Amino acid sequence: MNELIQSAVVLFHGNPLLGLVLTLLVFYLAQAMYHKFNATPLLHPVLLSIVVIIGLLLLLEIDYSTYMSGGQLIHFFLGPATVALAWPLHQNFKAIKAMWLPVLVAVIAGVLVAATSAIYLARWLGADVVTQLSLAPKSVTTPVAIAVVEKIGGLPALTAGFVIVTGVVGAMLGSLVFKWMGIDDQKVKGIAMGVSAHGVGTARAWQINQTMGAYAGLAMGVAALLIAFILPPWLQLLGLW
Amino acid sequence: MYWSGWPIPGSVIGMLLLLLSLMLFNKPPKPIKHSAEFLLRHLSLLFVPAGVGMMLLFDLIADQWVAMLLSLVLSTVISLAFTAWLMQFILKFMGRPDHE
Repeated sequence: MNELIQSAVVLFHGNPLLGLVLTLLVFYLAQAMYHKFNATPLLHPVLLSIVVIIGLLLLLEIDYSTYMSGGQLIHFFLGPATVALAWPLHQNFKAIKAMWLPVLVAVIAGVLVAATSAIYLARWLGADVVTQLSLAPKSVTTPVAIAVVEKIGGLPALTAGFVIVTGVVGAMLGSLVFKWMGIDDQKVKGIAMGVSAHGVGTARAWQINQTMGAYAGLAMGVAALLIAFILPPWLQLLGLW
Repeated sequence: MYWSGWPIPGSVIGMLLLLLSLMLFNKPPKPIKHSAEFLLRHLSLLFVPAGVGMMLLFDLIADQWVAMLLSLVLSTVISLAFTAWLMQFILKFMGRPDHE
């Protein structure tokens, strides 16, 4: 068995197929496991895949650039996928047109509160400036957060991790927070979930209630679209960028 | 892309342009629907390679993980509570015109 692994490593070494096959395979298994455990956010397939792939690369002594020669074939599609986010946004928008103004206000304020509270908490707890900047876009969906953080000077890989952890935390704690605040309105809950916990929170919202899911999807889309325009000036105002 | 001096990622401009073009259609063309839905169905797979990049940041994460984790958890709770409170406030203020 060991020999087999060894020869597989030699075969794949320096070959873009390694990163590609490894990513697809691990993600496929992680997704199967996630669904087996009733889609609990803690076993989110992205989080699980990242941990497993990092573990395997360290174990097999393969460095990140070797992995990325294949991984970038997947990574490339983040750009087109970001553009494609306009589709569900358009669909959601048509469905709840009458609410556009409250949604717009809540999303803008929510995105800025998420970023500001994360930055100042991290600073207060002793994190450095690069970490603070990498936290700023953590409440929006990963492709946009990565694109934005590249522009403001954080670390995209760190942001990718932060975004996913944020989504998992939001999906797990959302219902508790709403219960504690005594909020029953599915629209309100959906907006808060979409703004604070992007796609992972939206997936959770769909599990709870249809209306909540639709509003979460809308809020997530609006947040993704707007953050690139509102976050840099806001950081400038705070003197962080 | 620069917008009044601030850098806007090209993919976000693309998203905005696609949204504006979709608004011009009464019935958006099928190929757009199909390709968008295909990409988004596999969206979470696309984050994985970027996330694996965290392996290059072990020292940074080992050094600051407490601050990172606490600020992630607390700011997410703050953001959930604040956004929900604000949305509820606005809806009450507007006298809840319940036409969805």
